Amino acid sequence: MRRSRRLWGPTVVMTSLALALAACGGGSGSSAGAGETNPDGAVSVYGTEPQNALVPTNINDLGGTKAIQVMFATLVGFKGADAKPFNLMADSITTTDSKVYDIKIKQGWKFHDGTEVKAHNFIDAWNYGAYAPNGQLNTDFFSNIQGYKDVHPADENAKPATDKMSGLVQKSDYEFQVTLDAPFSVFDIKVGYQAFAPLPDAFFKDPKGFEQHPIGNGPMKFVSRTPNQDIKLTRFDDYKGDDKVHFKDLDIKIYSSQETAYQDLLSGRLDFMEALPPSAVAGGKYKADLGDRLVTGHLLEISTIAVPYYVPGYSNNLELRKAISLAIDRAQITKTVMNDTYVPADGYIAPGIPGARPGVCQFCKFDPAAAKEAFAKSGFKGKLTIASNADGGRKEPLTAACNSIKNTLGVECDFVPATDFGQWRSIVTGKKLTGMGRSDWSADYPSIEDFLNPIYKTGGSSNDSSYSNPQVDAILAQADATADKDAAVKLYQQAEDLVAKDLPSIPVWSEKGVAAKSKNLKSAALDFRRMPDYPSIEVLKK
Amino acid sequence: MTRYVLRRLLQLIPVFFGTTFLIYVLVWAVPGDPFSGKCGQTACPSAYIAQMTEKFHLNDNLFVQYLKYLGSLFTGDWGETFNGTSVGELIATSYPITLRLAVIAVVIEALIGLTAGVLTGLRGKGFLDNLVLVSTTFLISLPVFVTAIVLQLALGGNGLGLIEASVSEDPSVGELIVPGLALGSLSMAYVARLARTSIAENRRADYVRTAIAKGQPQSRVVGVHLLRNSVIPVLTFLGTDLGALMGGAIVTEGVFNINGLGGLIFRGIQNRESATVVGVVVLLVLVYLLMSLIVDLLYAVLDPRIRYD
Repeated sequence: MRRSRRLWGPTVVMTSLALALAACGGGSGSSAGAGETNPDGAVSVYGTEPQNALVPTNINDLGGTKAIQVMFATLVGFKGADAKPFNLMADSITTTDSKVYDIKIKQGWKFHDGTEVKAHNFIDAWNYGAYAPNGQLNTDFFSNIQGYKDVHPADENAKPATDKMSGLVQKSDYEFQVTLDAPFSVFDIKVGYQAFAPLPDAFFKDPKGFEQHPIGNGPMKFVSRTPNQDIKLTRFDDYKGDDKVHFKDLDIKIYSSQETAYQDLLSGRLDFMEALPPSAVAGGKYKADLGDRLVTGHLLEISTIAVPYYVPGYSNNLELRKAISLAIDRAQITKTVMNDTYVPADGYIAPGIPGARPGVCQFCKFDPAAAKEAFAKSGFKGKLTIASNADGGRKEPLTAACNSIKNTLGVECDFVPATDFGQWRSIVTGKKLTGMGRSDWSADYPSIEDFLNPIYKTGGSSNDSSYSNPQVDAILAQADATADKDAAVKLYQQAEDLVAKDLPSIPVWSEKGVAAKSKNLKSAALDFRRMPDYPSIEVLKK
Repeated sequence: MTRYVLRRLLQLIPVFFGTTFLIYVLVWAVPGDPFSGKCGQTACPSAYIAQMTEKFHLNDNLFVQYLKYLGSLFTGDWGETFNGTSVGELIATSYPITLRLAVIAVVIEALIGLTAGVLTGLRGKGFLDNLVLVSTTFLISLPVFVTAIVLQLALGGNGLGLIEASVSEDPSVGELIVPGLALGSLSMAYVARLARTSIAENRRADYVRTAIAKGQPQSRVVGVHLLRNSVIPVLTFLGTDLGALMGGAIVTEGVFNINGLGGLIFRGIQNRESATVVGVVVLLVLVYLLMSLIVDLLYAVLDPRIRYD
């Protein structure tokens, strides 16, 4: 007990540092209350049923990530409120040209089954994730490694010639080399994403058995899982990383209703929720309910309204896009409709990402006079629409945005609901929008690159507005190829400036991330992915 | 009697095929791509979609799909959900909880509903009659989710503090009483109404008058002669209601976070886990059919005039 208290010294300092940083960034982190902590305490967090089996290359939903995240340790971790990358399993990641990366891993790290983590565990896992017949959800993350096209042909019916990417070469037990198709300066941050986790030999011997009992290399190991009920984890005492957890047992409790979970949280039966139910947010009720148990984080997320280039009437009408953007009263909507759970956005990069600047989008402010002027120039006739899935509290703010546009410009504006997220996404990916559409983005890894390449590059995986500007493409490619981090960020910023001039989508707001902890926890923080920041959780002694 | 039971059991076969086919077609024919929302803001990789399409036979036409489903069903395989969990296992872990909940609801219905019905039916008009009339009307007019949430908020941690907002993993009977009350409240009102009418009618029947004339004690007249005959419509209702409750638990189980069949269907519909929905609904159809068979057989026990030949 005494020994572990001593170990906690640095953690407390780190936590307070993180808190101070969070305060600068606009959030307030979590308040650390008084009282003794219990290093062997149990913690329960709100969960949802994972969409796939708990294999890192096949999980990208919040429910599954919540378990995967703490069961696996990747090469790079992200620390604290500003998600600063640090070497976790990697001893060093070096490159001279952003194309060939030399990765050394730390020695002596173990999987939960006792086998040591070696370079081949990374290579095998990445090859598995990329190999087309395995049908892994996160396969695209490997697509810029050399040889990806051989294991994952563009034609989905073609049989891959090999199951190994030529870009992955083992140098020794603890060193391997990754060669990319084209230079990509952000690769050393990207490998912090969960899909890049190593997999033990046991996985390749018996994948089905592994799905029943996953074996990771992270701070917590798998105990049991009851579908629709819970996932139980316990501390892995041999863990060597800097992101150790300060409690023993974790119970990810699966709820069918957020409202019920919130009741449980208030009565102390549930310890952490990363989001609040709409009924608690309405009227700012959560502030009174939670008091000092409110946890505010800093999500790396941005909400925009995409203006598709393929919709007649909207296409190539820059004045119209300006008019719409200038007509939305972001400050008022975030305050009254969203009850301070969002902040107004005036750029394309989530605040908090290195390289994000305030005021990049000069049309992202409420200016009725300028809006009317631009609208008159646009010559737009007819009706405006904003489409989105209507569930999960999406409808109200967008309806408010529509009303704001209607009142300012005197043009009809309607919210068009889709039944659920699935239907909504099939409309967007099928390019079937008939007006504007909600287009939100949250970071997979904390880099300015992740907010530009997938969304604004020609043919990008989430380019909802079908935006294409050769100049932007060229600058993005140049930034990808720039090894020097600062220089790369500058180039990405140039690309953002160009995007802001074209307004392919209109930034509206950015989510703060409002979470809650129970009275059983001394401290808890929310990380940039809207997940409990496990290392920050401390349990009060009963 | 045996022939009757056999005939009824044989009738189950076409009903089983008919219902499963209809359910299968209805569930899988829902328009839209089941994988469109699976990958967040980006579209799912085609390798993933190809693999899932193959696994769930989505390329075949609906009839072939149904036959393949039936084939595996007869080998005891209920199929898998999209995240690879066996539907059979899901059902096996959740049905005991739902069954427990449904039985508790039926017991509450029967106890409270019958008592209220018998008392008002015997007394006739008066304060008690009006009270039951008003309160049952009130209950009938409330949707189950309102009853459930009101009970949860009023009795839960922020109200009287008598119950927890959610039940535990393997709930005890005590924990299930309040959810059972919410689940059974609607039927409880119907049972009270049915029993009241039936008792009031039979109170003036010849055989009751005869029993009284023979000088039998009041308790025997009511308990044996009157109640036994009046309870038949109530029993029909309660029997089929047990089947309905197993499915109707969708809302209640959602509110109290009970990991039962209702919750399975609810999540299945939400996540388009068609295999789960079809599996559970098929099971519920079977329960429903069996319950109505048992109720039919019980008639003969209660009313000697009914014969099955």
